[in-house]
Amino acid sequence: MTTIPLEHALMLAAILFALGVAGVLMRRNIVFVLMSLEIVLNATGLAFVAAGMRWGEPDGQVMFVFVLTLAAAEVTVALALMLQAVKHYGTLDLDILRRMRN
Amino acid sequence: MELLLWLIPLLPLAGFLVLAVAGARLPKAGVAVVGAGSVGLAALTAALLAALFYNAGSDPVIARLGPWFRAGDLSADFTLYLDQLAVIMTLVITGVGFLIHAFSTEFMADEADYRRYFAYLNLFVAAMLMLVLADNLVLLFLGWEGVGLCSYLLIGYWHRDPANGYAARKAFVVTRIGDVALLLGLFLLFVELGEFSIQPLLAGAPLYFESGAARMELIAFLILGGAVGKSAQLPLQVWLPDAMAGPSPVSALIHAATMVTAGVYLIARLHPLFELAPVAQMMVALVGLATLLVAAWAALSQRDIKRILAYSTISQIGYMFLALGVGAWGAAIFHLVTHAFFKALLFLGAGRVIEHMHHEHDIFRMGGLRRVMPFTFGVFLAGAASLAAVPWLTAGFYSKDQILLAAAGAPELGTLLFAGGVIGALMTAFYSFRLVFTVFFGEPVTQEREHAGWRIQAPLALLGVLSIAGGLIPLPLEQVFPDHHASHALGLVLLAAGVALAGIALAWWTHGRRRPTGETANWPLWRRGLDRWQASGLGFDAVYGVLVETPFNTTARALRGEIVDRAVALVIAVNQGLNALTARLQNGRIRHYALGVVLGVLALLIPVVWL
Repeated sequence: MTTIPLEHALMLAAILFALGVAGVLMRRNIVFVLMSLEIVLNATGLAFVAAGMRWGEPDGQVMFVFVLTLAAAEVTVALALMLQAVKHYGTLDLDILRRMRN
Repeated sequence: MELLLWLIPLLPLAGFLVLAVAGARLPKAGVAVVGAGSVGLAALTAALLAALFYNAGSDPVIARLGPWFRAGDLSADFTLYLDQLAVIMTLVITGVGFLIHAFSTEFMADEADYRRYFAYLNLFVAAMLMLVLADNLVLLFLGWEGVGLCSYLLIGYWHRDPANGYAARKAFVVTRIGDVALLLGLFLLFVELGEFSIQPLLAGAPLYFESGAARMELIAFLILGGAVGKSAQLPLQVWLPDAMAGPSPVSALIHAATMVTAGVYLIARLHPLFELAPVAQMMVALVGLATLLVAAWAALSQRDIKRILAYSTISQIGYMFLALGVGAWGAAIFHLVTHAFFKALLFLGAGRVIEHMHHEHDIFRMGGLRRVMPFTFGVFLAGAASLAAVPWLTAGFYSKDQILLAAAGAPELGTLLFAGGVIGALMTAFYSFRLVFTVFFGEPVTQEREHAGWRIQAPLALLGVLSIAGGLIPLPLEQVFPDHHASHALGLVLLAAGVALAGIALAWWTHGRRRPTGETANWPLWRRGLDRWQASGLGFDAVYGVLVETPFNTTARALRGEIVDRAVALVIAVNQGLNALTARLQNGRIRHYALGVVLGVLALLIPVVWL
């Protein structure tokens, strides 16, 4: 079985991470921002798993389980907030939701 | 005896507390009973204690109540000390104090704020007793400040008139100057001897200091400063004439009989220190001499009946200082006692006259009151005779005579001191009988006859008797003061007696036989100027106005622009600017926050990776 070199996996994780961050920064719609956040989390998860492979340790996969849990919890809260935002303001645009500040 | 000793100051204090806490619920009669009763009980206790004290051979009584505070080597306890000097002071304070309280119950009966008056008066008596009975200097200072506070409160008793408030503040601030000097003196004493308890202090000082040591002189000068402030001596005498803004019984009790003599008591109590400081002691005599002459000179032209008496008080305390300065401690205390009798009487009588004349203070608008106020005239005459030192008849003659003889016998400057005292005595006799002749003789200005209840008549009559016969009361002080050998030259006695009679005769010539109207408009210019200079108390107020008040007010006005505050305001402005700057970052754009996080991470990572 050919092993994928660590560098490749990390590179992929970095690309995914950058894509996610770019999405968080540029998207105005909350749904897309949340999806981008998922990409960021998965990129870190990939980095953990790859690193765990490289050192032959199970810790990387354990960490990935934690990351998954965290993502699930985060999405739950975020979706609930999103529903409320739609109900009160009728929009999912973050720049319009600035109004909440006042 | 210890218990009795503690009861004396605690009874008036209890009276004050009752009046202050529950007085609003008491009827006027109840206030009078508590106010005068507490001091009356204190007077009875003092009399009983004095009898026990003399029977027990005049040994000092020490009564400890408990510790007050301790800090390092410093300890101050609530401890009272009764010796021959304290017994006399206590009897005078409670006795004269009670008479004045009793007088006030009727005299002040129309006052709306009856309760406040008696509460302050009781507090005053308690503080004054604390002052004279204190075993240590810290407790003495507590009483010293307590009487100052009560003096301030009572001068400003009619607080609706701003002028009275001004007079009260003036009294407080001027005496405070002296108090600071006293406090510094006490601190220095503690630094040198490590002791605040008076008796060990007095015993230890001669072992520690040589006579005339510079540090000892400094301490004595500072203590003299305190005494000068409280006793209204030159150069801090300016507050007392204005203090007459208070009710007349207050002037009688505080500004004639007791508080203003606290300075005399202080120096007499600490006399071993002054014996070690000959320069300071000479200064005491000179201050007394200057004060008695200046104040008597100023009294000659006063028109306000109470101001005449105020200047006379300053002048008489000057005599006491003169006696202290020449080492005649006993004579000073003797004069303090007789002065308490006759000056309290004169102030109470003046209060009666002013009330009868419907709050007229100008003696030249009075006249002939002898016919309509025969009782007041009788007692006032007794007081004035004692003040003028009518020879052989009055108490004032015996005490003043002792002082003059002691001054004549002083080792240095004796002639000067005696001559000054005699000139002062001439002026004293003149201004006291100028007052009597102007107010009580001549054509009556009113036909209204006086009404007085027994609570007014009895104290006045008693004080009248004491003013005449008070000189016969023996004042044993041999355990407190060293013997003083005064001159006993008959010629000097006759001179002093003749001077008093001459002063009265002169007053008769100018103010009794003729009736000056007090009109000054047709006087020559020099005489009007002289009169105004005297009436203003020799212009001390004006000088202090230029030297102290004007610079102070100018500085205050300059600082009203808040120059100092600007530095603080700058700090505030800078912080507010920074705040506004950072507050703009919190703009609610969540993607900007995210960008901030990313940039922050990059800023941390880049150095780690590339450097």
